[in-house]
Amino acid sequence: MEKIIKNQLKTLACKVRMGIIEGIYSAQSGHPGGSLSIADTLTYLYSRILNIDSSNPKAIDRDRFILSKGHTAPALYAILALKDFFDYNQLSSLRKINSSLQGHPDMNKTPGIDMSTGSLGQGFSAACGIALSGKISGKKYKVYSILGDGEIQEGQVWEAAMFANHNNLNNLIIIIDYNGLQIDGKVKDICDLGDIKLKFKSFGWNVYDMDAHNFESMEDIFESIINNNTEKPTAIIQTSVKGKGISFMEDICSWHGVAPNKSQYIDAINQLKQELDKLEEELLCLC
Amino acid sequence: MSMLVRKATRDSYGESLVELGKEYKDIIVLDADLAKATKTIMFKEAFPNRFFDCGIAECNMLGVAAGLATTGKIVFASSFAMFTAGRGYEIIRNSICYPNLNVKIAASHAGISVGEDGATHQCCEDISLMRSIPNMTVLNPCDDIETKQLIKKSVEIKTPVYIRLGRLATPILNNQDYDFEIGKGVILSKGNDITIIATGLMVYESLIAENMLFKIGINARVINIHTIKPIDKEIIISAARETSCIVTVEEHSIIGGLGSAVSEVVCENCPVPVIKIGINDVFGMSGTALELLKYYGLSNENIFEVVKESYYKYKKDLYFI
Repeated sequence: MEKIIKNQLKTLACKVRMGIIEGIYSAQSGHPGGSLSIADTLTYLYSRILNIDSSNPKAIDRDRFILSKGHTAPALYAILALKDFFDYNQLSSLRKINSSLQGHPDMNKTPGIDMSTGSLGQGFSAACGIALSGKISGKKYKVYSILGDGEIQEGQVWEAAMFANHNNLNNLIIIIDYNGLQIDGKVKDICDLGDIKLKFKSFGWNVYDMDAHNFESMEDIFESIINNNTEKPTAIIQTSVKGKGISFMEDICSWHGVAPNKSQYIDAINQLKQELDKLEEELLCLC
Repeated sequence: MSMLVRKATRDSYGESLVELGKEYKDIIVLDADLAKATKTIMFKEAFPNRFFDCGIAECNMLGVAAGLATTGKIVFASSFAMFTAGRGYEIIRNSICYPNLNVKIAASHAGISVGEDGATHQCCEDISLMRSIPNMTVLNPCDDIETKQLIKKSVEIKTPVYIRLGRLATPILNNQDYDFEIGKGVILSKGNDITIIATGLMVYESLIAENMLFKIGINARVINIHTIKPIDKEIIISAARETSCIVTVEEHSIIGGLGSAVSEVVCENCPVPVIKIGINDVFGMSGTALELLKYYGLSNENIFEVVKESYYKYKKDLYFI
């Protein structure tokens, strides 16, 4: 990957993180931990993978993205705003009354949202339905969906995993955000998922490991997925850090679903500003 | 009224799907390993490429239906009422009704008339569950003709619809030229002494009861409510005003079903007694459908008795009988 592209992706991801913090701080409610852990992945997907157009968000042949872990909507809203699906200033209306930015994604209220999600496990099934429709109608679009690691404790996830394999949904790519934490504690302490990779393999899926915070790794993985002429659906297990990018939130379970207070907000924004400055300097050296 | 011809509404559903499949190329049918029972198998045989058996995984089936609908497909998803409205409640609420998607949930084996399978399979709570969800239309046809019409009309609605179907072969009471609107009840008998409001299987039983009542001098109005939601307020308010007493009859719990829907309208607009015949907050049991219907009071004999009693209790003073 070219250094300039990498720098641009890192810069955008940093802005996504700022959007997450701005939104959740303004709402004084929301889920920063899991939003921050998928910020890089969303940045990559929306910059390098998804065939979408902000001026025509309902285009029939567009790629679809479904955030099955819907509580991390602040990350999705941030990338959509930064990609011009709606005005960036709207992020501060997150979770407020009459806002188009609901606590969980609403396909009828927010441009760029392909499916309303929030109740865990359900977005994945809808993604299967959209992928199936593409196969029935001979469409070329692909369907991408991010699931939480805790989310795959839901039984419906495994119903969907069986269905996708049985119907050869090779146009479906799911990413499991493996940050190891859920609301009540460590996933392995609450209800251990066992070997996720082996589980999906045994369900007939192609499975890849990915570093959720390394764009070069992402590029490699997605290149091999695109070049893989497979009949089967694909699952990427991405190892991530909950709260990634804000030092005091990283890998801390209690940041799952609380908003920062004023001093924490200032601290978080300063950290991100420093990162942006650093990236700008780096870019100047590259140009 | 051709009383001798009987047909289960699930059969009417299967036949309708095949007809509609020819006209609408975007219809996709899903089932959860009950295609032979729900009769979606007829569609499968006619249009194998547009039928998907999702296996014994109803929650995923309903989610897949939602996903298909986001792309413009018209989706019929079928299983038993217990496993759609019951097991699938939350998926129906959050993945289908909240986004207001074009999914038709055609649920067979509703009510006590499931028979021998017993309580675990006799869903008498589905109307209650389904009608409380915003954006949902709830339909409960009474015979073959009405089922076919409702299935056809449901396709014209681009939003979620729940269609309640039965296992038991039921008399065909409507004529081929029968027509009606979704959301508008049908007056089957014009009496003014008391009103019987019935739905589904109980419409036919209510008509027999009406005949028995007529013989003892009570002229009952009989209304068929095929659309539980949106409920026909006008027809209910008129019945309350003009007959001063209503008996509701449904093969469903007396909590949350037709009786509750009628009561809600009556209480707010024209308070008169509403007596509910239905499953009295109990689980069912095994038995033949006809035995069970009789046991739980869903027979023309019991409707006759309850209406007669209600008439003397609530209307005697009014008319000094």
